Amino acid sequence: MLSVAVKKRRGSFSLDARFELPTPGVVALFGRSGCGKSTLVNAIAGLLDADSGRVALDDMVLLDTERRLYVPPERRRIGYVFQDARLFPHLSVAANLRYGERRAPPQRFVSLDAVAGLLDLGSLMDRRTHQLSGGERQRVAIGRALLSQPRLLLLDEPLASLDAARRDEVLPYLETLRDQLAVPMVYVSHDFDEVLRLATYVVLMESGKTIAQGGVGEMSLNGGLRSIIGADAVGAIVDGTVLGTDPSSGLMRVKLGHGELRVEAANVAVGAKLRVQLLARDLIVATQEPRHLSVRNILTGVITAVTSDDTDSDLVALLTSNRLRTGLTVGWRVKASGGTSAV
Amino acid sequence: MMWLSQSEGEALSLSLSVAARSVALSLPAAILLAWVLTRRRFLGHTLLDAFVHLPLVLPPVVVGYLLLVLFGTRGPIGSWLERALGVELIFTRNGAALATAVMSFPLMVRAMRISLENVDRGLEQAARTLGAGAIDRFATITLPLMLPGVLAGAITAFSAALGEFGAVITFVSNIPGETRTLPLALYSALQTPGGDTAAARLAGISFVLGLGGLLLSEWFARRVRRLLGR
Repeated sequence: MLSVAVKKRRGSFSLDARFELPTPGVVALFGRSGCGKSTLVNAIAGLLDADSGRVALDDMVLLDTERRLYVPPERRRIGYVFQDARLFPHLSVAANLRYGERRAPPQRFVSLDAVAGLLDLGSLMDRRTHQLSGGERQRVAIGRALLSQPRLLLLDEPLASLDAARRDEVLPYLETLRDQLAVPMVYVSHDFDEVLRLATYVVLMESGKTIAQGGVGEMSLNGGLRSIIGADAVGAIVDGTVLGTDPSSGLMRVKLGHGELRVEAANVAVGAKLRVQLLARDLIVATQEPRHLSVRNILTGVITAVTSDDTDSDLVALLTSNRLRTGLTVGWRVKASGGTSAV
Repeated sequence: MMWLSQSEGEALSLSLSVAARSVALSLPAAILLAWVLTRRRFLGHTLLDAFVHLPLVLPPVVVGYLLLVLFGTRGPIGSWLERALGVELIFTRNGAALATAVMSFPLMVRAMRISLENVDRGLEQAARTLGAGAIDRFATITLPLMLPGVLAGAITAFSAALGEFGAVITFVSNIPGETRTLPLALYSALQTPGGDTAAARLAGISFVLGLGGLLLSEWFARRVRRLLGR
Protein backbone atom coordinates (compact mmCIF):
# COMPACT_ATOMS: atom_id res chain seq x y z
CA MET A 1 0.00 0.00 0.00
CA LEU A 2 1.30 3.41 -0.98
CA SER A 3 -0.35 6.20 0.95
CA VAL A 4 0.33 9.81 0.14
CA ALA A 5 -0.94 13.01 1.71
CA VAL A 6 1.09 16.13 1.01
CA LYS A 7 0.60 19.88 1.07
CA LYS A 8 2.89 22.39 -0.54
CA ARG A 9 2.51 26.08 -1.32
CA ARG A 10 4.69 27.71 -3.92
CA GLY A 11 3.73 31.23 -4.90
CA SER A 12 0.13 31.21 -6.01
CA PHE A 13 0.14 27.45 -6.62
CA SER A 14 -0.88 25.15 -3.85
CA LEU A 15 -0.73 21.38 -3.86
CA ASP A 16 -3.07 19.46 -1.60
CA ALA A 17 -3.00 15.84 -2.65
CA ARG A 18 -4.08 12.66 -0.98
CA PHE A 19 -4.37 9.16 -2.41
CA GLU A 20 -3.81 5.52 -1.64
CA LEU A 21 -2.68 2.82 -4.01
CA PRO A 22 -3.11 -0.85 -3.28
CA THR A 23 0.24 -2.47 -4.20
CA PRO A 24 1.25 -3.94 -6.54
CA GLY A 25 -0.59 -1.99 -9.16
CA VAL A 26 -0.25 0.93 -11.52
CA VAL A 27 -1.80 4.17 -10.41
CA ALA A 28 -2.19 6.85 -13.04
CA LEU A 29 -2.00 10.45 -11.87
CA PHE A 30 -4.17 12.06 -14.49
CA GLY A 31 -4.98 15.70 -15.10
CA ARG A 32 -4.31 18.67 -17.31
CA SER A 33 -0.77 20.02 -17.74
CA GLY A 34 0.19 22.21 -14.81
CA CYS A 35 -2.27 20.66 -12.35
CA GLY A 36 0.56 19.62 -10.01
CA LYS A 37 1.14 16.01 -11.05
CA SER A 38 4.92 16.39 -11.34
CA THR A 39 5.08 18.37 -8.10
CA LEU A 40 3.27 15.55 -6.35
CA VAL A 41 5.60 12.92 -7.82
CA ASN A 42 8.64 14.96 -6.73
CA ALA A 43 7.22 15.06 -3.22
CA ILE A 44 6.86 11.28 -3.23
CA ALA A 45 10.46 10.91 -4.46
CA GLY A 46 11.63 13.37 -1.80
CA LEU A 47 13.08 15.82 -4.34
CA LEU A 48 10.65 18.46 -3.17
CA ASP A 49 10.16 19.45 0.45
CA ALA A 50 6.51 19.21 1.36
CA ASP A 51 5.17 21.83 3.80
CA SER A 52 3.30 19.12 5.61
CA GLY A 53 2.19 15.59 5.01
CA ARG A 54 2.91 11.93 5.21
CA VAL A 55 4.19 9.45 2.63
CA ALA A 56 4.34 5.75 3.45
CA LEU A 57 5.09 2.70 1.36
CA ASP A 58 3.91 -0.54 2.94
CA ASP A 59 5.38 -0.48 6.45
CA MET A 60 8.04 2.13 5.73
CA VAL A 61 7.31 5.77 6.48
CA LEU A 62 9.24 8.03 4.10
CA LEU A 63 7.90 11.36 5.24
CA ASP A 64 5.98 12.42 8.30
CA THR A 65 6.20 16.12 8.99
CA GLU A 66 4.38 15.74 12.30
CA ARG A 67 7.08 13.41 13.57
CA ARG A 68 9.77 15.45 11.78
CA LEU A 69 10.68 12.40 9.76
CA TYR A 70 12.23 12.79 6.33
CA VAL A 71 14.01 10.05 4.43
CA PRO A 72 16.26 11.65 1.75
CA PRO A 73 15.66 10.54 -1.87
CA GLU A 74 18.88 8.53 -2.01
CA ARG A 75 17.61 6.28 0.77
CA ARG A 76 13.95 5.97 -0.29
CA ARG A 77 14.59 3.28 -2.89
CA ILE A 78 12.06 4.84 -5.23
CA GLY A 79 12.93 4.60 -8.92
CA TYR A 80 12.19 7.70 -10.98
CA VAL A 81 11.84 7.85 -14.75
CA PHE A 82 11.96 11.49 -15.81
CA GLN A 83 10.21 12.96 -18.82
CA ASP A 84 13.60 13.92 -20.31
CA ALA A 85 15.25 10.55 -19.41
CA ARG A 86 18.23 12.28 -17.73
CA LEU A 87 20.78 9.72 -18.83
CA PHE A 88 24.33 10.50 -17.73
CA PRO A 89 26.05 11.81 -20.87
CA HIS A 90 29.56 10.89 -19.76
CA LEU A 91 28.69 7.22 -19.27
CA SER A 92 27.85 4.44 -21.73
CA VAL A 93 24.40 2.82 -21.73
CA ALA A 94 25.77 -0.12 -19.75
CA ALA A 95 27.37 2.18 -17.15
CA ASN A 96 24.12 4.15 -16.87
CA LEU A 97 22.23 0.92 -16.20
CA ARG A 98 24.73 -0.20 -13.58
CA TYR A 99 24.77 3.15 -11.80
CA GLY A 100 21.70 2.38 -9.70
CA GLU A 101 22.40 -1.35 -9.52
CA ARG A 102 25.79 -0.78 -7.89
CA ARG A 103 24.16 1.30 -5.18
CA ALA A 104 21.24 -1.07 -4.53
CA PRO A 105 21.04 -3.35 -1.49
CA PRO A 106 22.33 -6.91 -1.98
CA GLN A 107 18.93 -8.60 -2.29
CA ARG A 108 17.90 -8.11 -5.92
CA PHE A 109 14.61 -8.87 -7.61
CA VAL A 110 15.75 -8.11 -11.13
CA SER A 111 19.13 -8.57 -12.82
CA LEU A 112 20.85 -6.63 -15.59
CA ASP A 113 20.26 -9.51 -17.99
CA ALA A 114 16.57 -9.69 -17.11
CA VAL A 115 16.10 -5.94 -17.57
CA ALA A 116 18.04 -6.00 -20.83
CA GLY A 117 15.74 -8.79 -22.00
CA LEU A 118 12.51 -7.12 -20.91
CA LEU A 119 13.42 -3.80 -22.52
CA ASP A 120 15.47 -5.08 -25.49
CA LEU A 121 18.58 -3.23 -24.42
CA GLY A 122 21.16 -5.84 -25.45
CA SER A 123 22.22 -4.13 -28.66
CA LEU A 124 22.47 -0.69 -27.02
CA MET A 125 24.88 -1.55 -24.19
CA ASP A 126 28.09 -0.12 -25.67
CA ARG A 127 26.49 2.98 -27.15
CA ARG A 128 26.94 6.43 -25.77
CA THR A 129 23.72 8.09 -24.68
CA HIS A 130 23.73 10.79 -27.37
CA GLN A 131 23.63 8.09 -30.03
CA LEU A 132 20.21 6.89 -28.85
CA SER A 133 16.80 7.75 -30.27
CA GLY A 134 14.16 9.26 -27.98
CA GLY A 135 12.42 5.93 -27.49
CA GLU A 136 15.69 4.14 -26.76
CA ARG A 137 16.63 6.81 -24.23
CA GLN A 138 13.41 6.25 -22.32
CA ARG A 139 13.86 2.48 -22.37
CA VAL A 140 17.36 2.89 -20.92
CA ALA A 141 16.03 5.31 -18.30
CA ILE A 142 13.33 2.81 -17.31
CA GLY A 143 15.92 0.03 -17.13
CA ARG A 144 18.27 2.16 -15.05
CA ALA A 145 15.51 2.95 -12.55
CA LEU A 146 14.45 -0.72 -12.35
CA LEU A 147 17.99 -1.91 -11.70
CA SER A 148 18.20 0.26 -8.61
CA GLN A 149 15.79 -2.40 -7.25
CA PRO A 150 13.11 0.11 -6.31
CA ARG A 151 10.15 -0.59 -4.09
CA LEU A 152 8.15 1.88 -6.15
CA LEU A 153 8.64 3.22 -9.64
CA LEU A 154 7.63 6.78 -10.52
CA LEU A 155 7.17 7.60 -14.18
CA ASP A 156 6.69 11.29 -14.92
CA GLU A 157 5.19 11.52 -18.41
CA PRO A 158 7.89 9.25 -19.83
CA LEU A 159 6.29 9.34 -23.28
CA ALA A 160 5.36 13.01 -23.47
CA SER A 161 8.50 14.08 -25.32
CA LEU A 162 8.15 11.34 -27.94
CA ASP A 163 6.25 11.44 -31.22
CA ALA A 164 3.34 9.04 -31.78
CA ALA A 165 5.47 6.34 -33.44
CA ARG A 166 8.08 6.36 -30.66
CA ARG A 167 5.31 6.31 -28.08
CA ASP A 168 3.81 3.17 -29.62
CA GLU A 169 7.30 1.68 -29.57
CA VAL A 170 7.76 2.21 -25.81
CA LEU A 171 4.21 1.54 -24.52
CA PRO A 172 4.33 -2.25 -24.99
CA TYR A 173 7.48 -2.37 -22.83
CA LEU A 174 5.66 -0.59 -20.03
CA GLU A 175 2.82 -3.11 -20.32
CA THR A 176 5.35 -5.93 -20.08
CA LEU A 177 6.83 -4.44 -16.91
CA ARG A 178 3.40 -4.10 -15.35
CA ASP A 179 2.54 -7.71 -16.15
CA GLN A 180 5.87 -9.35 -15.31
CA LEU A 181 7.30 -7.42 -12.36
CA ALA A 182 5.58 -6.82 -9.07
CA VAL A 183 6.88 -3.24 -8.72
CA PRO A 184 4.10 -0.79 -7.94
CA MET A 185 4.14 2.17 -10.30
CA VAL A 186 2.91 5.73 -10.23
CA TYR A 187 2.39 6.84 -13.80
CA VAL A 188 1.92 10.54 -14.52
CA SER A 189 0.16 11.40 -17.74
CA HIS A 190 -2.10 13.86 -19.43
CA ASP A 191 -2.85 11.43 -22.24
CA PHE A 192 -5.90 9.31 -21.44
CA ASP A 193 -5.02 6.60 -23.96
CA GLU A 194 -1.84 5.83 -22.01
CA VAL A 195 -3.81 5.69 -18.78
CA LEU A 196 -6.31 3.35 -20.40
CA ARG A 197 -3.59 0.97 -21.51
CA LEU A 198 -1.47 0.93 -18.37
CA ALA A 199 -3.32 1.87 -15.23
CA THR A 200 -5.18 -0.31 -12.78
CA TYR A 201 -6.08 2.67 -10.63
CA VAL A 202 -6.67 6.31 -11.46
CA VAL A 203 -6.19 9.44 -9.36
CA LEU A 204 -7.68 12.54 -10.93
CA MET A 205 -6.02 15.89 -10.25
CA GLU A 206 -7.20 19.40 -10.87
CA SER A 207 -5.39 22.63 -9.93
CA GLY A 208 -3.21 21.01 -7.29
CA LYS A 209 -5.90 18.85 -5.72
CA THR A 210 -6.74 15.20 -6.01
CA ILE A 211 -10.43 15.25 -6.87
CA ALA A 212 -11.30 11.58 -7.34
CA GLN A 213 -9.72 8.16 -7.30
CA GLY A 214 -10.68 4.59 -7.96
CA GLY A 215 -10.27 1.60 -10.25
CA VAL A 216 -10.10 2.33 -13.98
CA GLY A 217 -13.57 0.90 -14.72
CA GLU A 218 -15.12 2.80 -11.84
CA MET A 219 -13.37 6.06 -12.79
CA SER A 220 -14.19 5.84 -16.47
CA LEU A 221 -17.52 7.59 -16.09
CA ASN A 222 -16.43 10.09 -13.46
CA GLY A 223 -17.68 13.61 -14.01
CA GLY A 224 -14.30 15.15 -13.26
CA LEU A 225 -12.65 12.96 -15.86
CA ARG A 226 -15.32 13.92 -18.36
CA SER A 227 -14.56 17.60 -17.88
CA ILE A 228 -10.87 16.97 -18.57
CA ILE A 229 -11.00 14.65 -21.58
CA GLY A 230 -14.25 15.96 -23.07
CA ALA A 231 -17.62 14.25 -23.49
CA ASP A 232 -16.56 12.67 -26.78
CA ALA A 233 -13.84 10.59 -25.13
CA VAL A 234 -15.94 9.39 -22.21
CA GLY A 235 -16.98 5.79 -22.14
CA ALA A 236 -17.25 2.72 -19.98
CA ILE A 237 -14.03 0.74 -19.62
CA VAL A 238 -14.49 -3.00 -19.36
CA ASP A 239 -11.98 -5.83 -19.17
CA GLY A 240 -12.44 -8.61 -21.71
CA THR A 241 -10.90 -11.80 -23.05
CA VAL A 242 -10.20 -12.58 -26.70
CA LEU A 243 -12.26 -15.59 -27.81
CA GLY A 244 -11.12 -15.84 -31.40
CA THR A 245 -10.89 -14.11 -34.74
CA ASP A 246 -13.05 -14.43 -37.78
CA PRO A 247 -10.74 -14.09 -40.81
CA SER A 248 -13.56 -13.56 -43.31
CA SER A 249 -14.89 -10.40 -41.66
CA GLY A 250 -11.59 -9.25 -40.12
CA LEU A 251 -13.24 -9.07 -36.73
CA MET A 252 -12.38 -10.68 -33.44
CA ARG A 253 -14.70 -11.83 -30.72
CA VAL A 254 -14.17 -10.51 -27.21
CA LYS A 255 -15.92 -11.85 -24.13
CA LEU A 256 -17.22 -9.11 -21.86
CA GLY A 257 -18.89 -10.40 -18.71
CA HIS A 258 -21.74 -12.56 -20.03
CA GLY A 259 -21.81 -10.79 -23.37
CA GLU A 260 -19.72 -10.93 -26.46
CA LEU A 261 -18.40 -8.14 -28.65
CA ARG A 262 -17.12 -8.21 -32.21
CA VAL A 263 -14.43 -5.62 -32.85
CA GLU A 264 -11.71 -4.90 -35.43
CA ALA A 265 -9.10 -7.66 -35.14
CA ALA A 266 -5.88 -6.64 -33.43
CA ASN A 267 -2.65 -8.57 -33.24
CA VAL A 268 -3.44 -10.44 -30.02
CA ALA A 269 -3.59 -14.12 -29.17
CA VAL A 270 -6.72 -16.05 -28.25
CA GLY A 271 -7.20 -15.94 -24.50
CA ALA A 272 -5.41 -12.59 -24.17
CA LYS A 273 -6.86 -10.11 -21.71
CA LEU A 274 -7.66 -6.71 -23.06
CA ARG A 275 -9.44 -3.60 -22.07
CA VAL A 276 -12.40 -2.33 -24.08
CA GLN A 277 -13.65 1.22 -23.99
CA LEU A 278 -17.28 1.66 -24.98
CA LEU A 279 -17.43 5.32 -25.95
CA ALA A 280 -20.65 6.96 -24.85
CA ARG A 281 -21.00 8.66 -28.23
CA ASP A 282 -21.04 5.26 -29.93
CA LEU A 283 -23.85 3.85 -27.82
CA ILE A 284 -27.57 3.86 -28.22
CA VAL A 285 -29.81 2.53 -25.54
CA ALA A 286 -33.05 0.69 -26.19
CA THR A 287 -35.59 -0.80 -23.82
CA GLN A 288 -36.64 -3.39 -26.39
CA GLU A 289 -34.74 -5.71 -28.72
CA PRO A 290 -33.62 -3.31 -31.47
CA ARG A 291 -34.67 -4.20 -35.04
CA HIS A 292 -33.89 -2.87 -38.49
CA LEU A 293 -30.59 -1.32 -37.34
CA SER A 294 -27.10 -1.69 -38.80
CA VAL A 295 -25.74 -2.63 -35.43
CA ARG A 296 -22.75 -4.91 -35.12
CA ASN A 297 -22.97 -5.54 -31.40
CA ILE A 298 -25.84 -5.88 -29.01
CA LEU A 299 -25.17 -6.17 -25.31
CA THR A 300 -27.82 -6.65 -22.69
CA GLY A 301 -27.63 -5.23 -19.22
CA VAL A 302 -29.38 -3.51 -16.39
CA ILE A 303 -29.21 0.22 -15.76
CA THR A 304 -27.77 0.49 -12.29
CA ALA A 305 -27.46 4.26 -12.00
CA VAL A 306 -28.55 7.29 -13.88
CA THR A 307 -26.66 10.48 -13.27
CA SER A 308 -26.93 13.88 -14.81
CA ASP A 309 -24.94 17.00 -14.28
CA ASP A 310 -25.94 20.63 -14.57
CA THR A 311 -24.02 21.45 -17.71
CA ASP A 312 -25.25 18.57 -19.76
CA SER A 313 -28.52 16.76 -20.09
CA ASP A 314 -26.80 13.50 -21.02
CA LEU A 315 -27.83 10.49 -19.05
CA VAL A 316 -25.14 7.99 -18.20
CA ALA A 317 -25.99 4.39 -17.76
CA LEU A 318 -23.47 2.43 -15.78
CA LEU A 319 -23.11 -0.95 -17.29
CA THR A 320 -20.25 -2.92 -15.86
CA SER A 321 -19.31 -6.39 -16.98
CA ASN A 322 -20.44 -8.19 -13.87
CA ARG A 323 -23.78 -6.42 -13.90
CA LEU A 324 -24.73 -7.32 -17.43
CA ARG A 325 -28.16 -8.91 -17.12
CA THR A 326 -31.27 -8.87 -19.21
CA GLY A 327 -33.71 -6.05 -18.84
CA LEU A 328 -32.26 -3.39 -21.12
CA THR A 329 -30.70 -3.81 -24.51
CA VAL A 330 -27.76 -1.76 -25.59
CA GLY A 331 -26.56 -1.48 -29.15
CA TRP A 332 -22.96 -0.55 -29.69
CA ARG A 333 -20.98 1.06 -32.49
CA VAL A 334 -23.87 3.11 -33.71
CA LYS A 335 -23.68 6.82 -33.30
CA ALA A 336 -26.59 8.20 -31.38
CA SER A 337 -28.20 11.00 -33.32
CA GLY A 338 -28.15 14.40 -31.65
CA GLY A 339 -25.66 13.13 -29.10
CA THR A 340 -28.29 12.32 -26.53
CA SER A 341 -28.92 8.82 -25.41
CA ALA A 342 -32.51 7.78 -25.01
CA VAL A 343 -33.54 5.64 -22.11
CA MET B 1 67.97 20.52 -24.58
CA MET B 2 71.08 21.50 -26.46
CA TRP B 3 69.80 24.76 -27.83
CA LEU B 4 69.25 26.30 -24.39
CA SER B 5 72.03 27.64 -22.20
CA GLN B 6 72.40 26.28 -18.70
CA SER B 7 70.77 29.30 -17.05
CA GLU B 8 67.94 29.32 -19.61
CA GLY B 9 67.29 25.64 -19.00
CA GLU B 10 67.33 26.29 -15.27
CA ALA B 11 64.83 29.14 -15.56
CA LEU B 12 62.58 27.06 -17.85
CA SER B 13 62.54 23.95 -15.66
CA LEU B 14 62.10 26.09 -12.55
CA SER B 15 59.15 27.89 -14.19
CA LEU B 16 57.52 24.57 -15.08
CA SER B 17 58.13 23.22 -11.59
CA VAL B 18 56.72 26.31 -9.90
CA ALA B 19 53.68 26.34 -12.21
CA ALA B 20 52.99 22.64 -11.58
CA ARG B 21 53.21 23.11 -7.81
CA SER B 22 51.02 26.17 -8.06
CA VAL B 23 48.28 24.30 -9.96
CA ALA B 24 48.48 21.30 -7.64
CA LEU B 25 48.08 23.65 -4.69
CA SER B 26 45.16 25.66 -6.02
CA LEU B 27 43.18 23.01 -7.93
CA PRO B 28 41.34 21.35 -5.00
CA ALA B 29 40.62 24.71 -3.37
CA ALA B 30 39.38 26.18 -6.65
CA ILE B 31 37.00 23.25 -7.27
CA LEU B 32 35.61 23.62 -3.76
CA LEU B 33 35.20 27.39 -4.06
CA ALA B 34 33.66 27.16 -7.53
CA TRP B 35 31.10 24.72 -6.14
CA VAL B 36 30.37 26.82 -3.06
CA LEU B 37 29.98 30.02 -5.09
CA THR B 38 27.78 28.39 -7.74
CA ARG B 39 25.60 26.10 -5.67
CA ARG B 40 25.29 27.73 -2.28
CA ARG B 41 23.56 30.93 -1.26
CA PHE B 42 24.65 32.30 2.09
CA LEU B 43 25.36 35.50 3.94
CA GLY B 44 28.63 36.96 2.65
CA HIS B 45 28.38 35.22 -0.71
CA THR B 46 29.08 38.43 -2.62
CA LEU B 47 31.94 39.34 -0.29
CA LEU B 48 33.60 35.94 -0.75
CA ASP B 49 33.12 36.22 -4.50
CA ALA B 50 34.79 39.65 -4.49
CA PHE B 51 37.61 38.38 -2.28
CA VAL B 52 38.38 35.53 -4.68
CA HIS B 53 38.59 38.02 -7.55
CA LEU B 54 40.83 40.49 -5.70
CA PRO B 55 44.14 39.32 -7.23
CA LEU B 56 42.76 40.26 -10.66
CA VAL B 57 42.44 43.91 -9.71
CA LEU B 58 45.13 44.40 -7.05
CA PRO B 59 48.66 45.35 -8.16
CA PRO B 60 50.68 42.10 -7.96
CA VAL B 61 53.18 43.83 -5.72
CA VAL B 62 50.39 44.34 -3.16
CA VAL B 63 49.58 40.64 -3.25
CA GLY B 64 53.29 39.87 -2.76
CA TYR B 65 53.42 42.29 0.15
CA LEU B 66 50.34 40.74 1.81
CA LEU B 67 51.90 37.30 1.39
CA LEU B 68 55.06 38.57 3.06
CA VAL B 69 53.03 39.86 5.98
CA LEU B 70 51.04 36.63 6.39
CA PHE B 71 53.49 33.97 5.29
CA GLY B 72 56.85 35.57 6.18
CA THR B 73 59.02 33.95 8.85
CA ARG B 74 57.43 36.22 11.43
CA GLY B 75 53.96 36.26 9.86
CA PRO B 76 51.12 34.44 11.70
CA ILE B 77 50.77 31.66 9.11
CA GLY B 78 54.40 31.54 8.00
CA SER B 79 55.79 31.07 11.48
CA TRP B 80 53.26 28.33 12.21
CA LEU B 81 54.06 26.51 8.96
CA GLU B 82 57.75 26.55 9.77
CA ARG B 83 57.27 25.38 13.35
CA ALA B 84 54.62 22.73 12.77
CA LEU B 85 55.46 21.38 9.31
CA GLY B 86 58.99 22.63 8.70
CA VAL B 87 57.83 24.33 5.50
CA GLU B 88 59.77 27.42 4.51
CA LEU B 89 58.20 29.69 1.95
CA ILE B 90 60.37 32.79 1.88
CA PHE B 91 63.05 32.64 -0.84
CA THR B 92 61.92 29.13 -1.94
CA ARG B 93 60.22 27.71 -5.01
CA ASN B 94 57.30 26.64 -2.82
CA GLY B 95 56.87 30.29 -1.92
CA ALA B 96 56.97 31.17 -5.61
CA ALA B 97 54.30 28.51 -6.21
CA LEU B 98 52.10 30.00 -3.48
CA ALA B 99 52.42 33.49 -4.95
CA THR B 100 51.52 32.30 -8.48
CA ALA B 101 48.69 30.16 -7.10
CA VAL B 102 47.10 33.18 -5.42
CA MET B 103 47.49 35.29 -8.56
CA SER B 104 46.00 32.70 -10.93
CA PHE B 105 43.29 31.52 -8.52
CA PRO B 106 40.50 33.78 -9.85
CA LEU B 107 41.13 32.61 -13.44
CA MET B 108 40.82 29.02 -12.34
CA VAL B 109 37.66 29.56 -10.29
CA ARG B 110 36.01 31.48 -13.14
CA ALA B 111 36.62 28.72 -15.70
CA MET B 112 35.23 26.12 -13.31
CA ARG B 113 32.16 28.13 -12.40
CA ILE B 114 31.13 28.58 -16.01
CA SER B 115 31.46 24.86 -16.52
CA LEU B 116 29.62 24.00 -13.32
CA GLU B 117 26.73 26.31 -14.17
CA ASN B 118 26.24 24.25 -17.33
CA VAL B 119 25.96 20.99 -15.43
CA ASP B 120 22.29 19.92 -15.51
CA ARG B 121 21.13 19.64 -11.92
CA GLY B 122 18.47 17.24 -13.13
CA LEU B 123 21.24 14.70 -13.64
CA GLU B 124 22.29 15.10 -10.02
CA GLN B 125 18.67 14.58 -8.98
CA ALA B 126 18.54 11.44 -11.12
CA ALA B 127 21.70 10.15 -9.44
CA ARG B 128 20.09 10.91 -6.11
CA THR B 129 17.01 8.80 -6.85
CA LEU B 130 19.42 6.01 -7.87
CA GLY B 131 20.88 5.98 -4.38
CA ALA B 132 23.91 8.26 -4.65
CA GLY B 133 24.69 10.40 -1.59
CA ALA B 134 26.14 13.93 -1.78
CA ILE B 135 29.85 13.09 -2.08
CA ASP B 136 29.12 10.13 -4.36
CA ARG B 137 27.04 12.39 -6.66
CA PHE B 138 29.76 15.01 -6.78
CA ALA B 139 32.49 12.49 -7.59
CA THR B 140 30.56 10.45 -10.17
CA ILE B 141 28.32 13.03 -11.85
CA THR B 142 29.17 16.67 -11.12
CA LEU B 143 32.96 16.49 -11.28
CA PRO B 144 33.16 14.47 -14.52
CA LEU B 145 30.64 16.80 -16.16
CA MET B 146 32.51 19.95 -15.10
CA LEU B 147 35.81 18.41 -16.19
CA PRO B 148 36.12 20.63 -19.30
CA GLY B 149 36.11 23.65 -16.98
CA VAL B 150 38.52 22.05 -14.53
CA LEU B 151 40.97 21.29 -17.34
CA ALA B 152 40.57 24.69 -18.95
CA GLY B 153 41.06 26.34 -15.55
CA ALA B 154 44.11 24.26 -14.76
CA ILE B 155 45.78 24.95 -18.11
CA THR B 156 45.01 28.66 -17.98
CA ALA B 157 46.31 28.85 -14.43
CA PHE B 158 49.42 26.90 -15.42
CA SER B 159 50.14 29.31 -18.28
CA ALA B 160 49.52 32.32 -16.05
CA ALA B 161 51.76 30.82 -13.37
CA LEU B 162 54.62 30.56 -15.88
CA GLY B 163 54.44 34.30 -16.40
CA GLU B 164 53.75 35.66 -12.91
CA PHE B 165 56.26 38.35 -12.05
CA GLY B 166 55.26 41.01 -9.51
CA ALA B 167 53.94 38.85 -6.70
CA VAL B 168 56.80 36.37 -7.04
CA ILE B 169 59.64 38.89 -6.96
CA THR B 170 58.04 40.73 -4.03
CA PHE B 171 57.38 37.63 -1.96
CA VAL B 172 60.35 35.35 -2.68
CA SER B 173 62.88 37.67 -4.40
CA ASN B 174 64.94 36.74 -7.46
CA ILE B 175 67.30 33.90 -6.58
CA PRO B 176 68.93 31.97 -9.45
CA GLY B 177 68.02 28.29 -9.36
CA GLU B 178 65.41 28.74 -6.63
CA THR B 179 62.98 31.52 -7.51
CA ARG B 180 64.29 32.96 -10.78
CA THR B 181 61.58 31.83 -13.16
CA LEU B 182 61.45 32.84 -16.86
CA PRO B 183 59.99 36.34 -16.41
CA LEU B 184 62.38 37.05 -13.54
CA ALA B 185 65.31 35.84 -15.62
CA LEU B 186 64.12 38.05 -18.47
CA TYR B 187 63.93 41.03 -16.11
CA SER B 188 67.45 40.29 -14.82
CA ALA B 189 68.77 40.03 -18.37
CA LEU B 190 67.30 43.46 -19.17
CA GLN B 191 69.06 44.87 -16.11
CA THR B 192 72.41 43.44 -17.27
CA PRO B 193 74.50 45.43 -19.79
CA GLY B 194 74.62 43.52 -23.10
CA GLY B 195 71.81 41.20 -22.06
CA ASP B 196 69.58 42.03 -25.05
CA THR B 197 70.10 38.74 -26.85
CA ALA B 198 69.51 36.76 -23.66
CA ALA B 199 66.31 38.75 -23.06
CA ALA B 200 65.07 38.12 -26.61
CA ARG B 201 65.74 34.38 -26.29
CA LEU B 202 63.88 34.21 -22.95
CA ALA B 203 60.97 36.13 -24.46
CA GLY B 204 60.91 33.61 -27.32
CA ILE B 205 60.78 30.69 -24.89
CA SER B 206 57.91 32.33 -23.01
CA PHE B 207 56.09 32.92 -26.28
CA VAL B 208 56.39 29.29 -27.36
CA LEU B 209 55.31 28.05 -23.92
CA GLY B 210 52.25 30.31 -23.83
CA LEU B 211 51.13 29.40 -27.32
CA GLY B 212 51.66 25.69 -26.59
CA GLY B 213 49.54 25.98 -23.45
CA LEU B 214 46.67 27.62 -25.29
CA LEU B 215 46.72 25.04 -28.10
CA LEU B 216 46.85 22.19 -25.59
CA SER B 217 43.90 23.67 -23.73
CA GLU B 218 41.83 23.90 -26.91
CA TRP B 219 42.73 20.33 -27.89
CA PHE B 220 41.69 19.04 -24.45
CA ALA B 221 38.40 20.93 -24.52
CA ARG B 222 37.53 19.45 -27.93
CA ARG B 223 38.35 15.94 -26.83
CA VAL B 224 36.20 16.20 -23.74
CA ARG B 225 33.32 17.73 -25.69
CA ARG B 226 33.44 14.85 -28.14
CA LEU B 227 33.48 12.40 -25.24
CA LEU B 228 30.33 14.00 -23.84
CA GLY B 229 28.75 14.10 -27.28
CA ARG B 230 28.25 17.83 -27.49
